[in-house]
Amino acid sequence: MESAASVTDDDGAKIVIKGVKKRFGPKVVLDGLDLTVPRGQSLVVIGGSGTGKSVTIKCVLGILKPDAGQILVDGQDTAKLRGRARDAYLRKFGMLFQGAALFDSMPVWENVAFGLIQGRGVGRKKARDIAYEKLTKVGLGADVGGLYPSELSGGMQKRVGLARAIAADPEIIFFDEPTTGLDPIMSDVINNLIVDTVRGTGTTTLSITHDLVSARKIADRIAMLYKGKIIWEGPTAEIDHSGNPYVGQFIHGRAEGPIKMEVRG
Amino acid sequence: MKFFTAVGRSTLELLGEVGRLSIFTADAVTSFIRPPIYWSLVGTQMMRIGFFSLPVVGLTAFFTGAVLALQIYIGTARYGAEQFVPTVVLIGILRELGPVIAGLMVAGRVSAAIAAELGTMRVTEQIDALTTLATRPVKYLVVPRLMAALVSMPLLVAVADAIGVLGGYVAATKSLGFTGSIYLNTTMNDLNGNDVMSGLIKAVVFGFLIALMGSYNGFNSKGGAQGVGAATTNAVVSASILILVANYILTNIFNILNF
Repeated sequence: MESAASVTDDDGAKIVIKGVKKRFGPKVVLDGLDLTVPRGQSLVVIGGSGTGKSVTIKCVLGILKPDAGQILVDGQDTAKLRGRARDAYLRKFGMLFQGAALFDSMPVWENVAFGLIQGRGVGRKKARDIAYEKLTKVGLGADVGGLYPSELSGGMQKRVGLARAIAADPEIIFFDEPTTGLDPIMSDVINNLIVDTVRGTGTTTLSITHDLVSARKIADRIAMLYKGKIIWEGPTAEIDHSGNPYVGQFIHGRAEGPIKMEVRG
Repeated sequence: MKFFTAVGRSTLELLGEVGRLSIFTADAVTSFIRPPIYWSLVGTQMMRIGFFSLPVVGLTAFFTGAVLALQIYIGTARYGAEQFVPTVVLIGILRELGPVIAGLMVAGRVSAAIAAELGTMRVTEQIDALTTLATRPVKYLVVPRLMAALVSMPLLVAVADAIGVLGGYVAATKSLGFTGSIYLNTTMNDLNGNDVMSGLIKAVVFGFLIALMGSYNGFNSKGGAQGVGAATTNAVVSASILILVANYILTNIFNILNF
């Protein structure tokens, strides 16, 4: 419904972040961040810990309010959204959280169906069917649906989180550190699932990670965040010859280079 | 100079906290009237806040009523006015001790539970997850708890009143030699609608404070296990203090209104 307007928007950008600043007390996290996520593409933001990756996503969702700057989604200024307009806005999004963030008070299928039942008013039975269908899509059998999140392994929780993120077929999906804390094989499984579930659906995705393997696999474009600013952005294939010393240091994981680790948080 | 900096900083922090709490309260209260309202969650919370608090509230009310009768006997016996024990116990329980004791017990039980639950949801990003699933966290988590507390507390206090008076009766008849029928008669004759109502109005206010403090502290907890622990402690302490302050203010207002 909302997408009708967005299709006519011809500049090709789904999310535009302009000069966003955010600080917590004396600590500046985002320092004039500019970032554009093209429609239907997968942009991966890489960067070290504490460079403001999560804060960026939380600003887009309106969980945090930027101190300055503008965030446009489908050309709509998100800061001005209130009440029903904000509810409609949030229905565009799905998100896979770093720790999966499943609701431990309800079984797996209800977690997956939650956004349909509570957020979109889908009937319980229909939502349940969709939930099981999405669980199959992420490689989980029907027997998992009745379990509680605490009974699942980390990798399985991530899969459920992914099923929940895609349950309502959102226009935009955020992936927050999708492979952190998983073994390399499970990381690859999750990466494949992300690619499989998203590719060809026209979904726009914004991911944040410091896992380069994951970034190369799921990204159309990669942007690097450092000290609250984007210091490099380009197609995935170009990251190896970016010519940017910061990017070079990061992708090769060297302690020596222009990026100095701040010891105090 | 250091002293002034410190005073200034803590004053600003206090004002900031009051401001944040006011915004949170306004958000929660205005969410009351706007649909959707999650009635099934209100029901679940009423079970947790109201029903499961019955044993602890009942026990404390019983012994408070009993000890009240014993103490008032000591005071009144000095002037040969023992016959006023049932009346003073009744008024003391209905107007003060019923709501305050129930309020403090429920604050300990429920504010802590709410803060721990919401605090854990906050630090594990479950509250942010609600937002990404097009559900407003305040509506889904805070409003049902506030509603349940507003309804449960007066019911709990009504029960506490009855059991508290029963406690006074048991102490008076078993330890002080009162005749049961006379004690009950005096109690029934002096039973007054205003006494009951003033206690129940207090109960509604206390219920609001209990759920609000639990939710607010849980919602704003930071960090990991330690943050949740701090939120839980703050919830219980702030709810208890606010209950006692509100009790004093309300009693004053009732006195002025002759209620």
